[in-house]
Amino acid sequence: MHIIVCIKQVPDSAQIRVHPVTNTIMRQGVPTIINPYDLFSLEEALRLRDQHGGEVTVITMGPPMAEDALRKALTFGADRGVLLTDRYFAGSDTLATSFALASAIEKIGQLYGRPDIVFAGKQTIDGDTAQVGPGIAKRLDLLQLTYVAKVSAADPGKSEITVERRAEGGTQILKTRLPCLITMLEGSNEMRRGTMPDALRAARAEIVTWSAADAGIEDLTKCGLRGSPTVVKHVFAPSARQDKATMVGEAGDLPRDLADKLLDDVFTRQPAILIAMSALSSL
Amino acid sequence: MIEEKFDAIVVGAGMSGNAAAYTLASRGLKVLQLERGEYAGSKNVQGAIMYASMLEKIIPDFREDAPLERHLVEQRFWMMDDTSHTGMHYRSDDFNEERPNRYTIIRAQFDKWFSRKVKQAGATVLCETTVTELIRNTEGRVIGVKVDRAGGAIFADVVVLAEGVNGLLGTRAGFRETPKAESVALAVKEMHFLPEEVIAQRFGLSGNEGCVIEAAGTFSQGMTGLAFLYTNRESISIGVGCLVSDYARTMESPYALLEQFKNHPSVRPLLKDTEVKEYAAHLIPEGGYKAIPQLYGDGWVVVGDAAQLNNAVHREGSNLAMTSGRIAAEAIFQVKSRRDPMTAENLRLYKTMLDESFVIKDLKKHKDMPALLHTNSQNFFMTYPQLMSAAAQNFVRVDGTPKIEKEKATLSSIVKARSRFGMVSDAVRLAFAWR
Repeated sequence: MHIIVCIKQVPDSAQIRVHPVTNTIMRQGVPTIINPYDLFSLEEALRLRDQHGGEVTVITMGPPMAEDALRKALTFGADRGVLLTDRYFAGSDTLATSFALASAIEKIGQLYGRPDIVFAGKQTIDGDTAQVGPGIAKRLDLLQLTYVAKVSAADPGKSEITVERRAEGGTQILKTRLPCLITMLEGSNEMRRGTMPDALRAARAEIVTWSAADAGIEDLTKCGLRGSPTVVKHVFAPSARQDKATMVGEAGDLPRDLADKLLDDVFTRQPAILIAMSALSSL
Repeated sequence: MIEEKFDAIVVGAGMSGNAAAYTLASRGLKVLQLERGEYAGSKNVQGAIMYASMLEKIIPDFREDAPLERHLVEQRFWMMDDTSHTGMHYRSDDFNEERPNRYTIIRAQFDKWFSRKVKQAGATVLCETTVTELIRNTEGRVIGVKVDRAGGAIFADVVVLAEGVNGLLGTRAGFRETPKAESVALAVKEMHFLPEEVIAQRFGLSGNEGCVIEAAGTFSQGMTGLAFLYTNRESISIGVGCLVSDYARTMESPYALLEQFKNHPSVRPLLKDTEVKEYAAHLIPEGGYKAIPQLYGDGWVVVGDAAQLNNAVHREGSNLAMTSGRIAAEAIFQVKSRRDPMTAENLRLYKTMLDESFVIKDLKKHKDMPALLHTNSQNFFMTYPQLMSAAAQNFVRVDGTPKIEKEKATLSSIVKARSRFGMVSDAVRLAFAWR
C-alpha cells in the first residue's frame, strides 16, 4: 500500500498572541507544530501501513522551515517526506493550495507508486477552513471520506475500505473503493512515540524538496497569490460585549421569588422566548 | 536494535553538550547527540551572559550569524537595603570594540543556532529523546545508552555526560552524589518585553550597547543570594537566585524575593510599563571547587553544570560549560587518534587538560568562598548592605550636623552591628577566600 499524508506546519496556537494595536497574529518567535488534526490522519496511515505493508509518504507545502514538520513526521515512522516550497506558492488560499498539493501528489504517484489512500487533516488550526482535503479529492477525482472516526477494515487486495463516519444524527458505515481521500476526526487514535531506529533515521533523512517546476506544475497562475481568489479584507478582534450583569431581587428573597423575578426579567427582554414556549405548551 | 556504533554519544544539548558535540564532530568523529527537549534550548535556562573568547575557541567566526542581543559596556554592582542602593558602576567605551567581550543572549535562540552548527559539523542530533540509563559491560565500562524510545539501546566508545545540574544519569550510575542543597542555588527569572528605544533611553545605551546590574542586599532576607537585570535587544531579563538550603531554612519563596526586588524603588522605574513575556526557573551549581565530582571514568566524561563547573563568585557558568565541553572533546579526540581505548586511565587526560585551564584554576582560587558566604550570609547579605546604605546616606545628607559627629555615628553603628572583631574577621576571611 502506498499512502500519502498531507500535513501543514502551523504556529502553536496555545502560544500565540494577538498584537494589541494591529490585531494581527504575532507569529514571530511562536513555536511551530504539525497541525494537530493531521496527526490523527498520520497515525491512521502508519497503522494501515503496519498492517498491510507498504509506504507512507508525507507531503507539505510551506516555507523551507516546514522541513522540521516533515522530519518530525518521519520520527513518528513515516517513510518519506516531500517538501513543496517555492516563492510562487506564497500567499496561497485553499484553492491554490489544493492545486499545488494535488499536482505534487500526482508527481509522487509517478515516482514512488500510485497512492491507494491520501490522508489529510480534518482542518488546520490556523485557517480552520477544512477545504484543502476535499479540494485535493476533487482535483484528483478521488472518492472522499471526511470526518472518519474509525477505519474498520481495509483490503488492498480487493481495493476496498470500510470506515465509520461521524455524521449529524449518527454514525455512517461506509464502504468504498480505493483510491480515496480520508480526513480523520480528532480523538480517533493516539499518535505513537516513534522508535529509536525511526528517530535516528528521521534525524538523518534527506527530505525531498520540490519547487513548483519539480512538482510538474506548469501553470503558475494557479499558484500562490495569483491563483487565490480569496481576499482577506479586514482583520479585527471581537469587541467586548457591552451588556453588564444585572442583579435580580434582594438578599433574603425566597429562592422561588427570585426565580419568578428572573423569568420575568428574561421574558421582558426576550419576548420571543415566551411566545415560543407558549406555542410549545399549546401543542 | 541498532547495530550502528558511534564514536561518542553526547547526552544533552546545552552549552557544554553543544561545545563537545561540535568539537568532536568537526574533528571527524561520528557523534550522536541526544536531547530531551523539543529542540536544543527549549529546556535551557540562563540569565544570560555569553563570554565571547570561550566561544571563539570553538567557533571563531560565531559573530557572523549567532543570535546575540547586546554587547556589554556597563556593569553596575548594587548593595541594597529596602529603600536605597549603593552602587559601583563601571562603564567603558573600550567595550565598544570590534570583537566585544561579553554579550547578552537568549538561550532558546542561541542554543538553536549552536545546535544548527553542531548538525552542520556532521553530528546526528536527536531531540525529544531522553537517555534513561547508561549501558555498562561486565567490567563496568560505559559502552552505550538506553533511551525512552522502543529499540532504544545505542552504543558508543565514550559517553559525554552534559546532562545539566541535576544530572540524573551520573547520579544513578553512582558517578556522583545528588547535589547538596547548600551547593545549588535556585534562580527564577522573568523576561520583560520593552521596545528597543525605551531600553536605550532608560539605561543610557546606544546601538547594540548593553548594561548589566547585579545586586545583593536585604531583598534576599539574609540568604546567600544575588539579583540580576540584563538588557537584551527588546527585553530585560530580571531574576533572583538563592541557595536551596537557605530557602528551606527560611521558607521564603523565590518568587516573593523576585517581587521584592522588582518593587524596590531603585528597580521599579526600570521596569515601568513592561510586559512579562516568560518566566523560568533553574538550579545553579554553587558549590565551587569542593563540589566537583569525579570528572571521568571508564567510557565516560562529565562536563558543564553536570560536573558542577560554575564560578558563583564571578557569576560565570556558560563559559566554564563550553570550555569543559571543548576540552573533553579534545581529550577524547587525542585518545581516539592514538587508537587507544576510552578507559579511565586514558580519559584522565581530560582532567589534566581541564586542571591547566582557567576553569579549575578559577574555581580553586575561590574554593573557600561558597562556605564563607553561606555561613555568614546574614552579615554579607543583610547587615553590611544596611550599614553601607546608612553610611552613604549619612555622608550625602546635609542637615547641619557637624561632619565629625556624623562620621562617629556611622562608625559606631557599624561597630555596634558587627563589632570590631567581627568586621576584621569578616574582612580577613573574605580576603583569604578571594586570594
